[in-house]
Amino acid sequence: MPANAFPTSAEYLRFLPEIILTLGGVVIMLLEAVFTNDDQRKIFGPLSIVALFAALLASISAAGDPGAAFSNMLVIDGFASFFRALVIGIGVLAILGSTGYLRQERMPGGEYHALILFSILGQCVMVSANELIMIFIGLEISSIASYVLAGYLRDDPRNNESALKYFLLGSFATAFLLYGVAWIYGLTGSTNLDQIRGALQTSAAPLVMAGAAAAFMFVGFGFKISAAPFQIWAPDVYQGAPAPVSGFLSVGPKAAAFAILLRVFMTAFGPIADRWEPMVWGCALATMMVGNFAALQQSNIKRMLAYSSIAHAGYVLVAVTAHSETGSAAAMFYLAAYAFTNLGAFAVVTYFSRKGEKYVAIDDFAGLSQRQPAMAAMLTIFLLSLIGVPLTAGFFGKFYIFKAALDANLTWLTVLGLLNSAVAAYYYLRLLVVMYFKDPGDSVENLEPAGLSLQIAVYASAFGTLLLGIFPGWVLDIATKSALK
Amino acid sequence: MSLLDIVLFLPLVGFLLLVFTPKGNDQLPRVMALGISLLVFVISLGLIGPFMGSTIPEGYQFVTDASWISSPPIRYHIGLDGLSLWLVLLTTLLTPIAVLVSWKSIDHRVKEFFAFLILLEFGLIGVFVSLDLFLFYVFWEIGLVPMYFLIGIWGHDRRIYAAVKFFLYTMAGSVLMLAGIIYLYNRAGTFDYVQILSQLQSGRLVLSSQAEMLLFSAFFLAFAIKVPLFPLHTWLPDAHVEAPTAGSIMLASVMLKMGTYGLVRYSVPLFPNAAHKAAPFIIGLAVIGIIYGALVALVQPNMKKLVAYSSVSHLGFVVLGVFSFTQQGLDGAVYQMLNHGISTGALFMLVGFLYERRHSLEISAYGGVATPAPNLAIVFLITTLASVGLPMLNNFVGEYLVLQGASQVNFTATVFAAVGVILSACYMLWLYQRTFYGKASESLSHHMPDLSTREWAVSVPLLLLMFWMGIYTQTFMPPISAQNARILQQYQQQQNRPQSANTPGASEVANAR
Repeated sequence: MPANAFPTSAEYLRFLPEIILTLGGVVIMLLEAVFTNDDQRKIFGPLSIVALFAALLASISAAGDPGAAFSNMLVIDGFASFFRALVIGIGVLAILGSTGYLRQERMPGGEYHALILFSILGQCVMVSANELIMIFIGLEISSIASYVLAGYLRDDPRNNESALKYFLLGSFATAFLLYGVAWIYGLTGSTNLDQIRGALQTSAAPLVMAGAAAAFMFVGFGFKISAAPFQIWAPDVYQGAPAPVSGFLSVGPKAAAFAILLRVFMTAFGPIADRWEPMVWGCALATMMVGNFAALQQSNIKRMLAYSSIAHAGYVLVAVTAHSETGSAAAMFYLAAYAFTNLGAFAVVTYFSRKGEKYVAIDDFAGLSQRQPAMAAMLTIFLLSLIGVPLTAGFFGKFYIFKAALDANLTWLTVLGLLNSAVAAYYYLRLLVVMYFKDPGDSVENLEPAGLSLQIAVYASAFGTLLLGIFPGWVLDIATKSALK
Repeated sequence: MSLLDIVLFLPLVGFLLLVFTPKGNDQLPRVMALGISLLVFVISLGLIGPFMGSTIPEGYQFVTDASWISSPPIRYHIGLDGLSLWLVLLTTLLTPIAVLVSWKSIDHRVKEFFAFLILLEFGLIGVFVSLDLFLFYVFWEIGLVPMYFLIGIWGHDRRIYAAVKFFLYTMAGSVLMLAGIIYLYNRAGTFDYVQILSQLQSGRLVLSSQAEMLLFSAFFLAFAIKVPLFPLHTWLPDAHVEAPTAGSIMLASVMLKMGTYGLVRYSVPLFPNAAHKAAPFIIGLAVIGIIYGALVALVQPNMKKLVAYSSVSHLGFVVLGVFSFTQQGLDGAVYQMLNHGISTGALFMLVGFLYERRHSLEISAYGGVATPAPNLAIVFLITTLASVGLPMLNNFVGEYLVLQGASQVNFTATVFAAVGVILSACYMLWLYQRTFYGKASESLSHHMPDLSTREWAVSVPLLLLMFWMGIYTQTFMPPISAQNARILQQYQQQQNRPQSANTPGASEVANAR
C-alpha cells in the first residue's frame, strides 16, 4: 500500500517493544567486547532485565492503542499484547533463573543474554505477525537464537548433541512450513491472513489443496510446540541443553508457536475448520498419550519434564481443536499458567543439578524435603500444578480447556484428556515420593542454599502459580477480552 | 462472616501458622495443633444451635454466598443442613483426637505432620459445607494432598505404594466427576448446587435419560471409589494398614464419608431417575461388599487390615440404606456414617495404642493383654461391642434402621445384609478373644502399661458418644430425618417431572409408589 509507505509514529510505538529488545541485545553484544573481566560482566543480567521491563512497559502501553503496523504486516491486538507480555515475562524469569548457573559453569558471557533477548524478540514478532512471511521471519529469529542457546556450553558434548538435533530437525520442519506458505500463496495470491481468509471463504480455491497447505504448515508449527508425531526432538534437546535453557525452551518458543498456530488456523484457515479439526483432534490425543505414557518411564528429571511438556502441549491442542473464543482464551490462560509452573520447576532443577549438571536423576532428589524444605515445598507446588490439583494454576488451566472442549462438543476428547491427566499424576507423584518419602542420600549433601536471583525466580513462579490458582479471574478476563473470535 | 466461615478457615490459618513455625522445637507444633483443633471444635459446637429447636429450620443455615471467580461464575457458597451438620462436627471432634493420638507416636518431622493433619481438616470440612459444585470439587481434591503425605511420610513399610495407590485411585475417579460437573454447568449455566436443583425441579433444566445416566455414573464412580464400594475397595486396606494411626482415624472416620455424603447430597437429588434405575445393581454391590468385607476380615492375621475390611462391610450398609430410598433407610445410612466414624475411629485408635506398646499389628503377637492392661481391655471391649451392633450402643440404631428400610424394597438383600451383622460379631469378638484373653507372655506383660491419662482423654469422649448415640438418638436424629425427608420428597417429585413422560420406566415407577 503506497499510501502507508512511511510508517506513522503510532506504528513505531506499537513496534517499540521489539525495538527495545533489539537495542538491548545489540548493546549487550557490544559491551561484551569491551568488558573483559567477570566482575564487569555481571552487569549483563541486570541490563537484560531492564531491557525486558522496558519492553514490557512498551507492550503494555501499546496494548492501549491497538491497530496494525507497517502496511498491515503486524497487528497489535489484545491477543498479540497478551502474548508479548507473556513471553517478555518468561524472559525475565529465565534470566533470573540462569544467572547463578552461568557463574557456576564459568560462562557468564553476554551472548547468552543477548540470545535470550533476540529469541524473545523473534517471539514478539511471531505473536503480532499478521502475515505469513512475518511469521516465518519471527519464527526464524526465535529459533536460531534457541538453537545456539541449546548448545551454549560449547565444550559439553551433551550441549552439542542437543543443539545439532534441534537445528537439523528444526530446519527440516521449518521447510514444511515454508512449503505450506508457498502453496497458500499460490492458491490465494496473498500471504496476509485476513486476505487468505477472505479468499478461502469466497473463492474456488480447491479445498483439498487448501487443506494440504494447512497440513504442511501444521507440521512446522507442530514441531515447535512438540506435538506428536513431531515431538521426537524434545526429550533429547531438553535433556542435553543447559537446565535454564530447557526451561526457557519449554515455555517461551512454545507459547509463541501456539499463538501463531491459533492465529493462523483460526483466522486464515477458519473457513476450512471442519477440514483441519479432525487432524488437530487426533494430534491432540496422540500428543497427550505419547507425552504422558513416555514420561512414566523416565528416570532423568529433565527428560521427564520434556515428556510432560509434550503432554501439556497436547492439552493446549485440545483447546485449539475447539477453535472457539473460549478455546482461544483457555489456551492463553493455560500457556500463562504453564509458563509460571514449568519455569519454576526448571529453576529448582537448575538449582539442584549443580555444577556440570551432575544431579539430574529423579532418585537424586531423595530427601530434598529434609535438607532444603523451602525448595522442596516450592517444587511441590509446581508439581501439584502440573498434576492439576485445585488452587494451583494448572488446575484452572485444565478446567478452562476442558470446559471449552465440552462447549464445542468434544466429549470424547475431554474424557480421554481427563483420564490422561490422571495417568500423568503418577509420574509427578514419583518425584514427590522421592523428595518427601525417601531418606536423604549423597546427592543432597553439600547442597548450598540457592542464590538470590534464583530464589526470586522460584518464589515469583510459585507466587504466580498460586495466584492464578486461587484468583484466576483477572487473567481469564484479560484472555477472554483479547481472545481470537 | 458467619460462624461456619470461621470453622472452615480457622484450620487453614492454623496450617499456615504451623508451616511458618520455626524448626527445631517439637513440642510447639503439637501444642499449636491441639490448640487450633480444640478451638475449631469448640466454635463448631455453636453450629448446632439452630438445629436444636422444636422445629428444624428449612433450608441451609450459616449461608455465605460470595463471588469467587466471575466468569465462569464460580461462587464461594457454603451452608449447613441436617445432613452436613453432624459430619462437620465429626470432623472437628476427631481432629483434636487425632492430634492427641499422635502426640508421642510421631517423633520425626513433627511440624509437617501436624500441619498436614490440620490442612486435612480444612479440606474435609470444606467438602461437607460446599454448596457450589465447583467449590465441592476443589475441596474434594484438596483433602487428597495432605492424606497422601500423611501416609507416605509417616506410614509403615509399604507406605509409598499405599500412598500412591490412594492418590491415583481417587484422582482417576474424580476426573470424570469434573467432566460431569462441567457438563452440568454447560447445561444449567451455573455451578450452584441449590440453583441447579431448583432448575431440575421446576423443569427448566431437563436432562435426557441417557445424559442423566452418564452424569450419574460419572459422579457415582468418584463416590464409590471413596466409599469404597466393592469392587473398588482395594486401595482401602493398603492405605489403612500403612497409614499412621492418626491417618487411619481420619481416613476411616471422615474421609470415607465424603463418598457416602456425595451419594446422599448429589447423586440421589440431582439424578433421581438414574439413581432409581441403577439401585438394584448398587444394592447388589453393597450386599456383596457387606458379606465379602466381613468374610475377608474374618481371616486377617493383621489387626489393622481386619478393621479396614470391616469398614468395607460397614460402609456397605450405608450404601444399602441410601439406595433403599426410604425414610428409615436414609436415616439409618446417615446415622451409620456417624456411628462408623465414632466406633471405627476408636478401633483404629485402640489398635494404635496396642501398636505403640508392642510394635506389631499381627494378632498373633498378642494374647492376654487384659491381664496387664485391664482398662485398655474394657475400652476395647465396649468399642468392639459398639462395632458389632449391640443394642444400647450406637451401631445398632443405624444398622437396624438400614435393614428396616431395605426390607421394604428388597427383602432378599436385607436377609443377606443381616448375615453381615452376624459375621461382624464373629470377626470382632474373635479378634478380641485372641488379643485380650488367654495367658499373657512375659515379654508382653512387660511392655503393656495400662491407659495413660492422655489415652483416657481421647477414649472417653468416643465412649460417651457410643452410649449417647445408642441410647438417646433424639439428640442427633431430628435434623437428619428432616433433611432426609426433604431429599426423599425431592426425589419423588423429580420422578414425576416432565422428563418422565418420555422415559417409560420412570412413570411406571412413579405409579408403583
